[in-house]
Amino acid sequence: MSAPRRADVCAVAIAETFRGDGERLCNPIGNLPLIGGRLAAATFEPHLALTDGFYTLIDDVPPVGLDEEQRLAHRVVGSWNPYREMFSLLWHGRRHVMMGATQVDRYGNQNIAAIGDWHRPTSQLLGFRGAPGNTINHTTSYWVPNHSPKVVVEHVDVVCGVGYDRAAALGPASSRFHEIRRVVTNLCVFDFSSSDGEGIPVLTLRSVHPGVTVDEVVEATGCEVVVPPDVPTSRGPDGDEVVALERLDPAGSRFAEVPDP
Amino acid sequence: MSGPDKRTTVEDVVAELRPGMVVGIGGWGSRRKPMALVRAILRSDLRDLTIVAYGGPDVGLLCRSGQASHVVSGFVSLDSIPLEPHYRAARQSGSITATELDEGMFLLGLQAAAWRVPFLPTRAGLGSDIPRLMEHIATVRSPYPDPTTGEHEELIAVPALELDVALVHQHRADRSGNAVWLGEDPFMDDLFVRAARRAFVTTEQVVPTEELRSGGVDITRQRISRLDVDGVVETPNGAHFTECPPTYGRDETFQRRYAATAKSAEAWDEFRAEFLDLDEPGYQAKVAELGEVAG
Repeated sequence: MSAPRRADVCAVAIAETFRGDGERLCNPIGNLPLIGGRLAAATFEPHLALTDGFYTLIDDVPPVGLDEEQRLAHRVVGSWNPYREMFSLLWHGRRHVMMGATQVDRYGNQNIAAIGDWHRPTSQLLGFRGAPGNTINHTTSYWVPNHSPKVVVEHVDVVCGVGYDRAAALGPASSRFHEIRRVVTNLCVFDFSSSDGEGIPVLTLRSVHPGVTVDEVVEATGCEVVVPPDVPTSRGPDGDEVVALERLDPAGSRFAEVPDP
Repeated sequence: MSGPDKRTTVEDVVAELRPGMVVGIGGWGSRRKPMALVRAILRSDLRDLTIVAYGGPDVGLLCRSGQASHVVSGFVSLDSIPLEPHYRAARQSGSITATELDEGMFLLGLQAAAWRVPFLPTRAGLGSDIPRLMEHIATVRSPYPDPTTGEHEELIAVPALELDVALVHQHRADRSGNAVWLGEDPFMDDLFVRAARRAFVTTEQVVPTEELRSGGVDITRQRISRLDVDGVVETPNGAHFTECPPTYGRDETFQRRYAATAKSAEAWDEFRAEFLDLDEPGYQAKVAELGEVAG
Protein backbone atom coordinates (compact mmCIF):
# COMPACT_ATOMS: atom_id res chain seq x y z
CA MET A 1 0.00 0.00 0.00
CA SER A 2 1.33 3.42 -0.89
CA ALA A 3 1.93 5.98 1.83
CA PRO A 4 -1.14 8.10 2.62
CA ARG A 5 -1.15 11.64 1.33
CA ARG A 6 -0.19 14.27 3.90
CA ALA A 7 -3.48 16.17 3.67
CA ASP A 8 -5.43 12.98 4.32
CA VAL A 9 -3.29 12.24 7.37
CA CYS A 10 -4.04 15.76 8.64
CA ALA A 11 -7.77 15.31 8.00
CA VAL A 12 -7.77 12.05 9.97
CA ALA A 13 -5.73 13.61 12.79
CA ILE A 14 -8.24 16.46 12.98
CA ALA A 15 -11.13 13.99 12.99
CA GLU A 16 -9.45 12.07 15.83
CA THR A 17 -9.43 15.28 17.85
CA PHE A 18 -13.23 15.01 18.08
CA ARG A 19 -13.29 11.30 19.01
CA GLY A 20 -15.30 10.67 22.14
CA ASP A 21 -17.15 14.00 21.96
CA GLY A 22 -20.50 12.25 21.50
CA GLU A 23 -23.42 14.62 21.12
CA ARG A 24 -21.96 18.09 21.06
CA LEU A 25 -21.19 20.83 18.59
CA CYS A 26 -18.14 20.01 16.50
CA ASN A 27 -17.09 23.45 15.30
CA PRO A 28 -13.91 23.42 13.24
CA ILE A 29 -12.97 26.73 11.59
CA GLY A 30 -11.06 26.72 8.29
CA ASN A 31 -11.10 24.38 5.32
CA LEU A 32 -9.07 21.37 6.46
CA PRO A 33 -10.50 21.55 9.99
CA LEU A 34 -13.99 21.47 8.41
CA ILE A 35 -13.06 18.42 6.35
CA GLY A 36 -11.61 16.69 9.42
CA GLY A 37 -14.54 17.54 11.69
CA ARG A 38 -17.04 16.39 9.12
CA LEU A 39 -15.00 13.23 8.60
CA ALA A 40 -15.46 12.42 12.29
CA ALA A 41 -19.20 13.11 12.03
CA ALA A 42 -19.49 10.99 8.88
CA THR A 43 -17.71 8.01 10.43
CA PHE A 44 -16.94 7.26 14.08
CA GLU A 45 -18.76 10.14 15.86
CA PRO A 46 -22.19 10.10 14.20
CA HIS A 47 -23.97 12.13 16.89
CA LEU A 48 -21.84 15.25 16.56
CA ALA A 49 -23.70 18.38 15.50
CA LEU A 50 -22.13 20.59 12.84
CA THR A 51 -22.75 24.13 11.63
CA ASP A 52 -23.49 25.17 8.06
CA GLY A 53 -20.65 27.66 8.48
CA PHE A 54 -23.09 30.44 9.28
CA TYR A 55 -26.32 30.59 11.22
CA THR A 56 -27.65 27.05 11.68
CA LEU A 57 -26.74 23.74 13.28
CA ILE A 58 -27.20 20.98 10.75
CA ASP A 59 -27.98 17.30 11.02
CA ASP A 60 -26.36 16.20 7.79
CA VAL A 61 -22.70 16.11 6.77
CA PRO A 62 -22.31 18.16 3.59
CA PRO A 63 -19.15 18.47 1.51
CA VAL A 64 -16.98 21.58 1.75
CA GLY A 65 -16.71 24.14 -1.03
CA LEU A 66 -20.43 24.50 -1.76
CA ASP A 67 -21.55 27.81 -3.18
CA GLU A 68 -24.22 29.77 -1.33
CA GLU A 69 -27.12 28.31 -3.28
CA GLN A 70 -25.91 24.72 -2.86
CA ARG A 71 -25.19 25.31 0.81
CA LEU A 72 -28.76 26.44 1.46
CA ALA A 73 -30.27 23.66 -0.65
CA HIS A 74 -28.08 20.97 0.87
CA ARG A 75 -28.40 21.49 4.58
CA VAL A 76 -30.74 19.71 6.97
CA VAL A 77 -31.30 22.35 9.64
CA GLY A 78 -31.60 21.02 13.17
CA SER A 79 -31.75 24.40 14.86
CA TRP A 80 -31.25 28.10 14.29
CA ASN A 81 -27.93 29.36 15.56
CA PRO A 82 -27.33 33.05 14.86
CA TYR A 83 -24.24 34.55 16.50
CA ARG A 84 -25.99 35.49 19.75
CA GLU A 85 -27.16 31.86 20.06
CA MET A 86 -23.66 30.63 19.38
CA PHE A 87 -22.37 32.68 22.33
CA SER A 88 -25.15 31.31 24.48
CA LEU A 89 -24.33 27.75 23.38
CA LEU A 90 -20.61 28.12 23.96
CA TRP A 91 -21.04 29.73 27.38
CA HIS A 92 -23.15 26.70 28.19
CA GLY A 93 -20.21 24.59 27.03
CA ARG A 94 -21.50 21.84 24.75
CA ARG A 95 -19.00 22.62 22.01
CA HIS A 96 -15.51 21.72 20.82
CA VAL A 97 -13.95 24.30 18.55
CA MET A 98 -10.86 23.97 16.39
CA MET A 99 -9.38 27.35 15.56
CA GLY A 100 -6.36 28.47 13.61
CA ALA A 101 -3.39 30.05 15.35
CA THR A 102 -0.96 32.61 14.04
CA GLN A 103 1.08 31.71 17.11
CA VAL A 104 0.65 28.94 19.67
CA ASP A 105 2.99 28.23 22.58
CA ARG A 106 4.12 25.46 24.90
CA TYR A 107 1.12 25.87 27.22
CA GLY A 108 -1.38 26.13 24.38
CA ASN A 109 -1.81 29.92 24.49
CA GLN A 110 -2.97 31.11 21.08
CA ASN A 111 -2.66 34.42 19.21
CA ILE A 112 -4.77 35.64 16.31
CA ALA A 113 -4.87 39.33 17.31
CA ALA A 114 -1.54 40.97 16.51
CA ILE A 115 2.19 40.42 16.08
CA GLY A 116 4.47 42.65 18.14
CA ASP A 117 3.35 45.00 20.91
CA TRP A 118 -0.46 44.98 20.87
CA HIS A 119 -0.62 48.74 21.51
CA ARG A 120 1.02 49.40 18.17
CA PRO A 121 1.48 46.09 16.41
CA THR A 122 3.95 45.41 13.64
CA SER A 123 1.19 43.29 12.12
CA GLN A 124 -2.45 43.73 13.03
CA LEU A 125 -4.39 40.49 12.59
CA LEU A 126 -8.06 39.65 13.22
CA GLY A 127 -8.51 40.73 16.81
CA PHE A 128 -9.49 38.39 19.64
CA ARG A 129 -12.64 37.10 17.92
CA GLY A 130 -14.15 34.37 20.13
CA ALA A 131 -10.91 32.84 21.36
CA PRO A 132 -10.96 34.05 25.00
CA GLY A 133 -14.56 32.96 25.54
CA ASN A 134 -14.13 29.66 23.73
CA THR A 135 -11.07 28.53 25.64
CA ILE A 136 -12.37 29.35 29.11
CA ASN A 137 -15.77 27.76 28.46
CA HIS A 138 -15.19 24.53 26.53
CA THR A 139 -12.75 22.24 24.74
CA THR A 140 -10.53 23.86 22.11
CA SER A 141 -8.01 22.47 19.63
CA TYR A 142 -5.81 24.20 17.08
CA TRP A 143 -4.87 23.64 13.46
CA VAL A 144 -1.48 24.82 12.21
CA PRO A 145 -1.00 24.28 8.46
CA ASN A 146 2.48 25.85 8.43
CA HIS A 147 4.39 24.41 11.38
CA SER A 148 7.51 26.52 11.97
CA PRO A 149 9.39 28.16 14.86
CA LYS A 150 7.53 31.38 14.02
CA VAL A 151 4.17 29.71 14.63
CA VAL A 152 4.86 27.27 17.45
CA VAL A 153 6.67 29.72 19.70
CA GLU A 154 8.10 30.12 23.19
CA HIS A 155 5.64 32.91 24.06
CA VAL A 156 2.77 34.23 21.97
CA ASP A 157 2.75 38.01 21.50
CA VAL A 158 -0.91 38.34 22.55
CA VAL A 159 -2.87 35.73 24.51
CA CYS A 160 -6.24 35.33 22.77
CA GLY A 161 -6.93 31.64 23.42
CA VAL A 162 -6.06 30.83 27.05
CA GLY A 163 -3.35 28.21 27.63
CA TYR A 164 -2.79 25.91 30.59
CA ASP A 165 -0.41 28.22 32.49
CA ARG A 166 -2.92 31.08 32.38
CA ALA A 167 -5.76 28.69 33.29
CA ALA A 168 -3.77 27.34 36.25
CA ALA A 169 -3.12 30.87 37.49
CA LEU A 170 -6.87 31.51 37.55
CA GLY A 171 -7.44 28.65 39.96
CA PRO A 172 -9.74 25.64 39.79
CA ALA A 173 -13.10 27.45 39.85
CA SER A 174 -12.46 29.73 36.88
CA SER A 175 -10.61 27.14 34.83
CA ARG A 176 -12.88 24.14 35.38
CA PHE A 177 -14.21 24.14 31.80
CA HIS A 178 -10.82 24.79 30.17
CA GLU A 179 -9.31 22.10 27.95
CA ILE A 180 -6.83 22.48 25.10
CA ARG A 181 -7.00 19.03 23.61
CA ARG A 182 -4.74 18.89 20.55
CA VAL A 183 -2.63 20.93 18.21
CA VAL A 184 -2.66 19.32 14.78
CA THR A 185 -0.04 20.58 12.33
CA ASN A 186 1.09 19.71 8.83
CA LEU A 187 3.95 17.73 10.44
CA CYS A 188 2.57 16.14 13.59
CA VAL A 189 0.02 15.99 16.37
CA PHE A 190 0.62 17.49 19.82
CA ASP A 191 -1.40 16.98 22.97
CA PHE A 192 -0.87 18.20 26.53
CA SER A 193 -0.44 14.84 28.25
CA SER A 194 2.83 15.78 29.99
CA SER A 195 3.36 18.36 32.71
CA ASP A 196 6.07 20.83 33.63
CA GLY A 197 7.76 20.91 37.04
CA GLU A 198 4.71 22.60 38.53
CA GLY A 199 2.23 20.09 37.19
CA ILE A 200 0.96 22.34 34.40
CA PRO A 201 0.18 20.51 31.12
CA VAL A 202 2.66 21.22 28.33
CA LEU A 203 3.04 20.54 24.62
CA THR A 204 3.76 16.87 24.07
CA LEU A 205 4.46 15.10 20.80
CA ARG A 206 1.65 12.59 20.24
CA SER A 207 2.46 11.36 16.72
CA VAL A 208 4.47 12.34 13.66
CA HIS A 209 2.96 12.18 10.21
CA PRO A 210 4.35 9.50 7.87
CA GLY A 211 7.67 10.65 6.41
CA VAL A 212 8.34 13.18 9.19
CA THR A 213 11.06 12.55 11.79
CA VAL A 214 10.95 13.59 15.42
CA ASP A 215 14.04 15.73 14.78
CA GLU A 216 12.25 17.59 12.03
CA VAL A 217 9.39 18.37 14.39
CA VAL A 218 11.73 19.55 17.14
CA GLU A 219 13.57 21.75 14.65
CA ALA A 220 10.32 23.27 13.39
CA THR A 221 9.14 23.98 16.93
CA GLY A 222 10.18 27.24 18.57
CA CYS A 223 9.58 26.09 22.14
CA GLU A 224 10.39 23.16 24.34
CA VAL A 225 8.34 20.08 23.49
CA VAL A 226 8.10 16.83 25.44
CA VAL A 227 9.09 13.91 23.22
CA PRO A 228 8.09 10.50 24.64
CA PRO A 229 10.47 7.59 24.08
CA ASP A 230 8.26 6.00 21.45
CA VAL A 231 6.45 8.37 19.14
CA PRO A 232 3.89 6.66 16.93
CA THR A 233 3.24 7.53 13.31
CA SER A 234 -0.05 9.30 12.55
CA ARG A 235 -2.40 7.02 10.69
CA GLY A 236 -3.86 7.55 7.24
CA PRO A 237 -7.54 7.10 6.40
CA ASP A 238 -9.05 3.61 6.58
CA GLY A 239 -11.52 2.27 4.01
CA ASP A 240 -14.65 4.12 5.20
CA GLU A 241 -12.66 7.27 5.72
CA VAL A 242 -11.22 7.17 2.20
CA VAL A 243 -14.76 7.04 0.82
CA ALA A 244 -15.96 9.78 3.18
CA LEU A 245 -13.03 12.09 2.32
CA GLU A 246 -13.76 11.70 -1.36
CA ARG A 247 -17.37 12.70 -0.73
CA LEU A 248 -16.56 15.56 1.68
CA ASP A 249 -13.87 17.17 -0.48
CA PRO A 250 -14.49 16.02 -4.05
CA ALA A 251 -12.45 18.90 -5.49
CA GLY A 252 -9.40 17.92 -3.43
CA SER A 253 -9.04 21.37 -1.84
CA ARG A 254 -7.16 19.75 1.07
CA PHE A 255 -4.22 18.85 -1.18
CA ALA A 256 -3.73 22.51 -2.07
CA GLU A 257 -3.81 23.48 1.61
CA VAL A 258 -1.32 20.80 2.63
CA PRO A 259 0.74 19.66 -0.33
CA ASP A 260 2.56 16.35 -0.25
CA PRO A 261 6.19 16.72 0.82
CA MET B 1 -52.94 55.43 16.71
CA SER B 2 -49.50 55.25 15.18
CA GLY B 3 -45.97 56.39 15.79
CA PRO B 4 -44.69 59.75 14.61
CA ASP B 5 -43.24 60.10 11.15
CA LYS B 6 -39.48 59.88 11.67
CA ARG B 7 -38.43 59.76 8.04
CA THR B 8 -35.32 61.76 7.35
CA THR B 9 -32.24 61.78 5.11
CA VAL B 10 -28.72 60.50 5.58
CA GLU B 11 -27.48 64.10 5.52
CA ASP B 12 -29.88 65.12 8.30
CA VAL B 13 -28.86 62.12 10.42
CA VAL B 14 -25.20 63.06 10.05
CA ALA B 15 -26.05 66.68 10.88
CA GLU B 16 -27.16 65.45 14.31
CA LEU B 17 -23.79 63.85 15.04
CA ARG B 18 -21.04 65.75 16.81
CA PRO B 19 -17.27 65.40 16.92
CA GLY B 20 -16.14 63.09 19.70
CA MET B 21 -19.30 61.00 19.73
CA VAL B 22 -19.43 57.27 20.39
CA VAL B 23 -21.06 55.76 17.32
CA GLY B 24 -22.27 52.15 17.30
CA ILE B 25 -22.63 50.54 13.89
CA GLY B 26 -24.73 47.38 13.45
CA GLY B 27 -24.19 44.41 11.14
CA TRP B 28 -21.25 42.02 11.36
CA GLY B 29 -17.97 42.12 9.39
CA SER B 30 -18.92 42.82 5.79
CA ARG B 31 -22.58 41.95 6.38
CA ARG B 32 -25.58 44.31 6.45
CA LYS B 33 -23.68 47.45 7.36
CA PRO B 34 -25.50 50.82 7.19
CA MET B 35 -23.07 51.91 4.49
CA ALA B 36 -25.19 54.80 3.16
CA LEU B 37 -24.80 56.45 6.57
CA VAL B 38 -21.09 55.58 6.71
CA ARG B 39 -20.69 57.23 3.31
CA ALA B 40 -22.57 60.30 4.56
CA ILE B 41 -20.19 60.52 7.52
CA LEU B 42 -17.27 60.26 5.08
CA ARG B 43 -18.63 63.35 3.26
CA SER B 44 -18.89 65.30 6.53
CA ASP B 45 -16.25 67.04 8.61
CA LEU B 46 -16.99 64.93 11.69
CA ARG B 47 -13.79 64.04 13.56
CA ASP B 48 -12.59 62.21 16.61
CA LEU B 49 -15.30 59.55 16.53
CA THR B 50 -15.24 56.40 18.63
CA ILE B 51 -16.60 53.59 16.47
CA VAL B 52 -18.14 50.56 18.23
CA ALA B 53 -18.74 47.62 15.89
CA TYR B 54 -18.28 44.03 14.90
CA GLY B 55 -16.08 45.71 12.38
CA GLY B 56 -15.96 45.53 8.62
CA PRO B 57 -15.45 48.17 5.91
CA ASP B 58 -17.36 50.68 8.06
CA VAL B 59 -14.44 50.67 10.48
CA GLY B 60 -11.83 50.55 7.71
CA LEU B 61 -13.29 53.51 5.81
CA LEU B 62 -13.59 55.70 8.92
CA CYS B 63 -10.01 54.81 9.91
CA ARG B 64 -8.73 55.67 6.44
CA SER B 65 -10.63 58.97 6.32
CA GLY B 66 -9.09 59.93 9.66
CA GLN B 67 -12.51 60.44 11.26
CA ALA B 68 -12.24 57.54 13.70
CA SER B 69 -9.82 58.11 16.54
CA HIS B 70 -10.80 55.09 18.64
CA VAL B 71 -12.28 51.74 17.63
CA VAL B 72 -14.02 49.27 19.94
CA SER B 73 -14.47 45.88 18.26
CA GLY B 74 -14.69 42.12 18.64
CA PHE B 75 -12.84 41.80 15.33
CA VAL B 76 -12.43 43.78 12.12
CA SER B 77 -12.72 41.72 8.92
CA LEU B 78 -14.10 41.83 5.40
CA ASP B 79 -15.08 38.12 5.67
CA SER B 80 -14.00 37.04 2.18
CA ILE B 81 -10.85 39.13 2.76
CA PRO B 82 -9.97 38.15 6.34
CA LEU B 83 -7.93 41.21 7.36
CA GLU B 84 -9.41 44.71 6.92
CA PRO B 85 -6.52 46.56 5.27
CA HIS B 86 -7.30 50.11 6.44
CA TYR B 87 -7.90 49.06 10.04
CA ARG B 88 -4.59 47.20 9.91
CA ALA B 89 -2.80 50.25 8.57
CA ALA B 90 -4.35 52.49 11.21
CA ARG B 91 -3.38 50.13 14.03
CA GLN B 92 0.14 49.69 12.70
CA SER B 93 0.73 53.42 12.20
CA GLY B 94 -0.87 54.29 15.53
CA SER B 95 -3.32 56.72 13.91
CA ILE B 96 -6.09 55.26 16.07
CA THR B 97 -6.31 53.68 19.49
CA ALA B 98 -8.25 50.48 19.99
CA THR B 99 -10.25 48.47 22.48
CA GLU B 100 -10.35 44.87 21.29
CA LEU B 101 -12.81 42.57 23.02
CA ASP B 102 -13.89 38.96 22.80
CA GLU B 103 -16.95 38.80 20.51
CA GLY B 104 -19.16 37.56 23.34
CA MET B 105 -17.90 40.26 25.72
CA PHE B 106 -18.89 42.80 23.09
CA LEU B 107 -22.44 41.40 23.06
CA LEU B 108 -22.63 41.65 26.86
CA GLY B 109 -21.36 45.24 26.76
CA LEU B 110 -24.20 46.21 24.42
CA GLN B 111 -26.70 44.26 26.52
CA ALA B 112 -25.53 45.98 29.70
CA ALA B 113 -25.97 49.40 28.11
CA ALA B 114 -29.40 48.42 26.79
CA TRP B 115 -30.47 47.24 30.26
CA ARG B 116 -28.91 50.29 31.97
CA VAL B 117 -26.67 48.24 34.23
CA PRO B 118 -22.98 49.16 34.59
CA PHE B 119 -21.65 45.73 33.66
CA LEU B 120 -22.53 42.10 33.02
CA PRO B 121 -20.46 39.19 34.34
CA THR B 122 -18.93 36.47 32.21
CA ARG B 123 -16.15 33.94 32.24
CA ALA B 124 -15.12 35.06 28.71
CA GLY B 125 -11.88 37.04 28.82
CA LEU B 126 -10.49 35.50 32.02
CA GLY B 127 -6.88 34.42 31.58
CA SER B 128 -6.56 36.11 28.19
CA ASP B 129 -4.67 39.35 27.53
CA ILE B 130 -7.91 41.35 27.31
CA PRO B 131 -8.04 42.39 30.99
CA ARG B 132 -4.27 43.00 30.91
CA LEU B 133 -4.25 45.18 27.78
CA MET B 134 -7.66 46.87 28.13
CA GLU B 135 -6.92 48.53 31.42
CA HIS B 136 -10.47 49.71 32.09
CA ILE B 137 -11.77 46.15 32.25
CA ALA B 138 -12.08 44.83 35.78
CA THR B 139 -13.21 41.61 37.41
CA VAL B 140 -15.94 41.08 39.97
CA ARG B 141 -16.26 38.43 42.66
CA SER B 142 -19.52 36.55 42.94
CA PRO B 143 -21.42 37.34 46.16
CA TYR B 144 -22.69 33.75 46.09
CA PRO B 145 -20.56 30.83 47.28
CA ASP B 146 -20.28 27.84 44.93
CA PRO B 147 -22.60 25.16 46.40
CA THR B 148 -19.90 22.49 46.37
CA THR B 149 -16.62 24.35 46.90
CA GLY B 150 -17.85 27.40 48.82
CA GLU B 151 -15.63 29.51 46.59
CA HIS B 152 -16.68 32.97 45.46
CA GLU B 153 -15.89 32.82 41.75
CA GLU B 154 -14.15 35.69 39.98
CA LEU B 155 -15.63 36.83 36.67
CA ILE B 156 -14.96 39.50 34.08
CA ALA B 157 -17.24 42.53 34.56
CA VAL B 158 -17.87 43.64 30.99
CA PRO B 159 -18.52 47.38 31.15
CA ALA B 160 -21.63 48.73 29.44
CA LEU B 161 -20.92 49.90 25.89
CA GLU B 162 -22.94 53.08 26.08
CA LEU B 163 -23.44 54.64 22.68
CA ASP B 164 -24.28 58.23 21.77
CA VAL B 165 -25.71 57.05 18.49
CA ALA B 166 -26.49 53.71 16.82
CA LEU B 167 -26.70 53.21 13.06
CA VAL B 168 -28.21 50.00 11.68
CA HIS B 169 -29.54 48.75 8.34
CA GLN B 170 -32.77 46.75 8.06
CA HIS B 171 -34.67 45.27 5.15
CA ARG B 172 -37.96 47.03 5.86
CA ALA B 173 -39.18 49.70 8.23
CA ASP B 174 -42.27 51.77 8.70
CA ARG B 175 -42.02 55.53 8.94
CA SER B 176 -41.84 55.51 12.74
CA GLY B 177 -39.05 52.96 13.02
CA ASN B 178 -40.62 49.52 13.48
CA ALA B 179 -38.21 47.42 11.45
CA VAL B 180 -37.89 43.98 9.90
CA TRP B 181 -34.71 42.03 9.21
CA LEU B 182 -34.65 39.20 6.68
CA GLY B 183 -31.74 36.84 6.06
CA GLU B 184 -30.68 34.39 8.76
CA ASP B 185 -29.05 36.46 11.51
CA PRO B 186 -30.40 39.61 13.17
CA PHE B 187 -26.82 40.27 14.33
CA MET B 188 -26.96 42.63 17.34
CA ASP B 189 -28.83 45.49 15.67
CA ASP B 190 -31.66 45.42 18.22
CA LEU B 191 -29.12 45.69 21.04
CA PHE B 192 -27.26 48.52 19.30
CA VAL B 193 -30.39 50.67 19.02
CA ARG B 194 -31.31 50.05 22.65
CA ALA B 195 -27.76 50.71 23.87
CA ALA B 196 -27.76 54.16 22.24
CA ARG B 197 -29.15 57.53 23.28
CA ARG B 198 -30.29 58.08 19.71
CA ALA B 199 -30.71 55.47 16.98
CA PHE B 200 -31.15 55.67 13.24
CA VAL B 201 -32.35 52.93 10.93
CA THR B 202 -31.61 52.86 7.24
CA THR B 203 -33.76 50.47 5.29
CA GLU B 204 -34.16 49.00 1.84
CA GLN B 205 -37.80 50.01 1.87
CA VAL B 206 -40.15 52.14 3.95
CA VAL B 207 -43.58 50.47 3.99
CA PRO B 208 -46.88 50.99 5.84
CA THR B 209 -46.86 49.23 9.22
CA GLU B 210 -49.51 46.77 7.99
CA GLU B 211 -47.14 45.67 5.22
CA LEU B 212 -44.04 45.03 7.32
CA ARG B 213 -44.74 41.28 7.12
CA SER B 214 -46.15 41.13 3.62
CA GLY B 215 -45.02 38.20 1.53
CA GLY B 216 -45.14 35.69 4.38
CA VAL B 217 -42.51 37.25 6.65
CA ASP B 218 -42.55 35.68 10.11
CA ILE B 219 -43.39 37.74 13.20
CA THR B 220 -39.97 36.99 14.74
CA ARG B 221 -38.40 39.23 12.08
CA GLN B 222 -40.05 42.24 13.69
CA ARG B 223 -37.19 42.70 16.07
CA ILE B 224 -36.72 46.46 16.32
CA SER B 225 -39.49 48.63 17.79
CA ARG B 226 -40.10 52.30 17.02
CA LEU B 227 -39.63 52.88 20.77
CA ASP B 228 -35.89 52.53 20.18
CA VAL B 229 -35.65 54.49 16.93
CA ASP B 230 -35.25 58.23 16.34
CA GLY B 231 -34.97 58.37 12.57
CA VAL B 232 -35.68 56.25 9.48
CA VAL B 233 -34.04 56.66 6.10
CA GLU B 234 -34.99 54.74 2.98
CA THR B 235 -31.70 53.80 1.30
CA PRO B 236 -32.20 51.10 -1.37
CA ASN B 237 -29.02 49.07 -1.81
CA GLY B 238 -27.83 51.07 1.20
CA ALA B 239 -25.69 48.27 2.64
CA HIS B 240 -23.66 48.02 -0.58
CA PHE B 241 -20.97 46.70 -0.92
CA THR B 242 -21.61 44.57 2.16
CA GLU B 243 -24.18 41.78 1.87
CA CYS B 244 -27.85 42.11 2.68
CA PRO B 245 -29.33 38.69 1.93
CA PRO B 246 -31.76 37.63 0.62
CA THR B 247 -32.12 41.04 -1.08
CA TYR B 248 -28.54 41.13 -2.37
CA GLY B 249 -25.20 39.47 -1.77
CA ARG B 250 -21.84 41.08 -1.15
CA ASP B 251 -20.36 42.89 -4.16
CA GLU B 252 -17.07 41.00 -4.06
CA THR B 253 -15.64 42.78 -7.10
CA PHE B 254 -16.28 46.14 -5.50
CA GLN B 255 -14.95 44.94 -2.14
CA ARG B 256 -11.70 43.83 -3.78
CA ARG B 257 -11.45 47.24 -5.39
CA TYR B 258 -12.00 48.88 -2.00
CA ALA B 259 -9.41 46.64 -0.32
CA ALA B 260 -6.86 47.52 -3.00
CA THR B 261 -7.10 51.21 -2.02
CA ALA B 262 -4.85 50.42 0.93
CA LYS B 263 -1.95 49.90 -1.49
CA SER B 264 -1.21 53.59 -2.07
CA ALA B 265 -2.42 57.11 -1.34
CA GLU B 266 -3.12 57.53 -5.05
CA ALA B 267 -5.35 54.45 -5.12
CA TRP B 268 -7.33 55.79 -2.16
CA ASP B 269 -7.64 59.29 -3.66
CA GLU B 270 -8.88 57.84 -6.90
CA PHE B 271 -11.47 55.63 -5.15
CA ARG B 272 -12.56 58.52 -2.98
CA ALA B 273 -13.04 60.84 -5.95
CA GLU B 274 -14.85 58.22 -7.99
CA PHE B 275 -17.22 56.88 -5.32
CA LEU B 276 -17.10 58.67 -1.99
CA ASP B 277 -17.23 62.33 -2.97
CA LEU B 278 -20.63 61.66 -4.56
CA ASP B 279 -23.91 61.87 -2.69
CA GLU B 280 -25.80 58.60 -2.12
CA PRO B 281 -27.86 58.73 -5.35
CA GLY B 282 -24.65 59.51 -7.24
CA TYR B 283 -22.87 56.59 -5.60
CA GLN B 284 -25.72 54.21 -6.39
CA ALA B 285 -25.83 55.39 -10.01
CA LYS B 286 -22.10 54.75 -10.28
CA VAL B 287 -22.49 51.27 -8.80
CA ALA B 288 -25.38 50.49 -11.16
CA GLU B 289 -23.22 51.63 -14.06
CA LEU B 290 -20.43 49.25 -12.95
CA GLY B 291 -22.96 46.42 -12.76
CA GLU B 292 -24.10 47.09 -16.32
CA VAL B 293 -20.54 47.11 -17.61
CA ALA B 294 -19.88 43.81 -15.83
CA GLY B 295 -23.13 42.46 -17.32
